[in-house]
Amino acid sequence: MSASNSKRGSYFLITPMALVFAIFLVIPLLTIVVVSFWDYDEYRILPDFILENYSYLLGTSVTWKIYLNTFKYAALTWAFTLGIGFTVAYFLAFHVRSLTWQIVLFMVCTIPFWTSNIIRMISWIPFLGRNGLLNQALMGAGVIHEPLEFLLFSDFAVVLADVHLYTLFMVVPIFNSMMRIDRSLIEAARDNGASAWATLRHVILPLSKPGIAIGSIFVITVVMGDFITVRLMSGGQSASVGLQISNEIGLLQYPAAAASAVVLLITVLLIVTALLRLVDIRKEL
Amino acid sequence: MAVTREKRPTAFYFLAAFFALFVLFLYGPMLTIFILSFQGPNGGLTFPMNGFSFHWFVNLFEQQAVGDFGGSFLRSLKLGLIVMVVTVVVSFMAGLAFRRRFRGDTVVFYLAIASLIVPSILISLGIGLLFNIFQLQPQWYSSALGAHLTWTFPFGLLIMFAVFNRFDPSFEEAARDLGASNWQTVRHVVLPMVAPSLIGVAMFSFTLSYDEFARTLMTAGSLNTLPLEIYGMTTNVTTPVLYALGTLTTVFSFVVIGLAFGAVVLLRRRKA
Repeated sequence: MSASNSKRGSYFLITPMALVFAIFLVIPLLTIVVVSFWDYDEYRILPDFILENYSYLLGTSVTWKIYLNTFKYAALTWAFTLGIGFTVAYFLAFHVRSLTWQIVLFMVCTIPFWTSNIIRMISWIPFLGRNGLLNQALMGAGVIHEPLEFLLFSDFAVVLADVHLYTLFMVVPIFNSMMRIDRSLIEAARDNGASAWATLRHVILPLSKPGIAIGSIFVITVVMGDFITVRLMSGGQSASVGLQISNEIGLLQYPAAAASAVVLLITVLLIVTALLRLVDIRKEL
Repeated sequence: MAVTREKRPTAFYFLAAFFALFVLFLYGPMLTIFILSFQGPNGGLTFPMNGFSFHWFVNLFEQQAVGDFGGSFLRSLKLGLIVMVVTVVVSFMAGLAFRRRFRGDTVVFYLAIASLIVPSILISLGIGLLFNIFQLQPQWYSSALGAHLTWTFPFGLLIMFAVFNRFDPSFEEAARDLGASNWQTVRHVVLPMVAPSLIGVAMFSFTLSYDEFARTLMTAGSLNTLPLEIYGMTTNVTTPVLYALGTLTTVFSFVVIGLAFGAVVLLRRRKA
């Protein structure tokens, strides 16, 4: 096969994917940017060039509070998913010794991922509610006398649901990184007298960094843009940037939603760029 | 497994206990709604169980005040199947393309990464606006299909990367030496070897599409898909019929996974 022929082959093979990304990713994102400068009334969006959408968005303290709240959710979810995800991946990669068991236990972790996120969210209701299992158990044990109200429809519930939904996104890439660590490095560390803890800190942790970075990108971007978890689990008592956008969409205030979307997009891209400095994704595959 | 094994360190037991708790955390809530979906007709959203019945499952199939459960299920099913087929074919093609460097390869790669990390609601908003401006009616088979593909393609592509990075090209060389054309090499050598991974891509893309909510929000048009229907129910419905729906869709997902695994096992056995 001649070189130019094979090149043409590559272009032919990549065209469908490139086209879909162009039509359904690039053009829509550009549309958002354009529409964020448009005007609107109750019924329509009106082509224009105004800065009011942005000046209104950035000028109100509500926006800053919402961003602060969103960062809070992202940071808490990130910390918990990282802690749990790293521990689970470490257990699977280094303490489960047979490959069969590794695969079986790994599958056990991934199965819940195949069911609907919304179903997994509402499954917390009978557990956390006022008459839920947890309150009944705590009252039965005599730990508390009144049901705890903060369990459901609260920030606690939002973060809990996020951790429940997204820990797997941490487990998979970290596990993947750990499985590639040359086992002789661990032995070398041990031969040199390192304790298990020292090996974990000075060998395994640094070598798992790419997995941690990829998992972090995933969890943080998902939580930053989320609106369903926040709406369902906070019972409408908290807001996030995503929820704000979805509310504006509901009110047909598309240019305002577009301006919020642009700001969110820039924020997410800044975070991801910072994390990508730690890792070359293409090398990790 | 090796016959002799060293004694487990204490850390193992702590970690094993941690893992067990994690699994409980993952499955516990789902088990609760599974049990609660068999509430008696007078039962509520929480324990205790008020009798045992299939009342809420039957209720699910009766005419709902909320809407059209059967129709939205069929739409989600059809959409998921279309997304699945398109994703498998297109990801496989793209995977083949990426085995060589070509001009623009990094652009496509970073578009795929961007597609993965751009918040879903922005895709929904962007496509919705685009259709709005050009006065096109969003439909599940046009705008929603496109929106779902932006979600499934990156996963498909990344899986293909992982597959082809571990793929031994000498099999293809052998085929070519034996006089096989490009197409024959792909059809008879490459395709059978990557088939199990393609089933993985299929499984991934079907379930991602079948469960996708945020990207469908502004792109489904006037007819709901199942996740939109479920979401509507969470805000309106205060009976265990919600749990019955949860149980049913979960069982359905598991049947799909079971079938996919069956197919992989079958392929492996035929190869062996």
